[in-house]
Amino acid sequence: MNPKRRTRLTVVLFLLAGAGVSVTLVLLALNENINMFYPPEAVVGGEAPVGTQIRAGGMVLEGSVDRDSESLDVSFVLTDYVGAEFPVRYSGILPDLFREGQGIIVQGELNGEGVFRASQVLAKHDENYMPPELAEMSAGHQKKPNPLNYDR
Amino acid sequence: MTVTETLKRWWHQLGSPRWFYEISGPWQTGFAVLALLLLAIGTVWGLAIAPMDYQQGNSFRIIYVHVPTAIVSQTVYMLMGAAGLVLLVWRMKLADMVLAAAVPFGMSMTALALFTGAVWGKPTWGAWWVWDARTTSMLVLLFLYFGLYALRQAIPRNEAAGRACAVLALVGTVNIPIIKYSVDWWLTLHQPATFKLTEAPSMPPEMWLPLLLNVLGIYCFFAANLIGRLKLTILERESGTRWVRELIAGRSP
Repeated sequence: MNPKRRTRLTVVLFLLAGAGVSVTLVLLALNENINMFYPPEAVVGGEAPVGTQIRAGGMVLEGSVDRDSESLDVSFVLTDYVGAEFPVRYSGILPDLFREGQGIIVQGELNGEGVFRASQVLAKHDENYMPPELAEMSAGHQKKPNPLNYDR
Repeated sequence: MTVTETLKRWWHQLGSPRWFYEISGPWQTGFAVLALLLLAIGTVWGLAIAPMDYQQGNSFRIIYVHVPTAIVSQTVYMLMGAAGLVLLVWRMKLADMVLAAAVPFGMSMTALALFTGAVWGKPTWGAWWVWDARTTSMLVLLFLYFGLYALRQAIPRNEAAGRACAVLALVGTVNIPIIKYSVDWWLTLHQPATFKLTEAPSMPPEMWLPLLLNVLGIYCFFAANLIGRLKLTILERESGTRWVRELIAGRSP
């Protein structure tokens, strides 16, 4: 390689490394804010702010869904299955994928009593796609899915 | 001839647009035929024959368009980054042409990936759009493509435009690992990757095989499209040279 090209290559690689390092630093500084939602432990542990618009996520606890027979009001509990859980109240139409054990993200406000008033409910799904027959077969010994994938 | 000598010769030949123009015809046809076959089989198989998902039902099938377009849009960008590096260091004419010719395809695929993602998101997530790390970094990729397209139009001189685009393409590659790992580094609504290099896909073969065919098919489509655009760019930029004038004179009576 001739010296001219070698110099150009060095300059270009420095440029690339510089861009990479600065973006990494920005992302590290923003780290918490890039997360799309607060996990249950943050909601229960008081890290999530009270009284402002936030998003929180968790799995719908089995047997916790309570629908009002007169209106669209619904309440349920979001859990991380390792001890942290919080109640959610919502009024509106739930997404098709909403069901017990499903990963759910709610947008709204957390009040002083630790109840989450949701204005929007989003369903999260994982990458484990499966035909219905196979899902029925493996339903008995299905391993607990981790649709929120937070093992940190 | 040793391997290094062959590689060296090939590298020098790549520097000649005329050589590329003359050898690339059959390659374009080959890739186009392959793309047509793979995409036809993969799409019919995925949309009509493959089983539906146990949770999402038939709306899952949009994966057969969404994943290939999303993957190829990132690969095209990486290729442009590499072309930018070659242009800046070796000043190879063909690299500048690749940088210009790949933009429209990559831009369309990014837009298509975002669009199919929105269409998929509405029935499954319950929203057309959310600002999570994956969707936002993908939107940044679309804006990078817009930027490259606009920059090329804004500078009239080819050489200056080429170098400016090369720098933008190269710096923009920083976004690619962010897109790829966004679903692992942060909490997102978007699910983790469908295809991983280190693990088997987490769905049965009758679901991922058609998807694989479509991914390969879209790569062939890109190759055919790129070669076609490159040939046009070569004719346009080399229109003053003797071989192009002779080629055109020989063809038109």
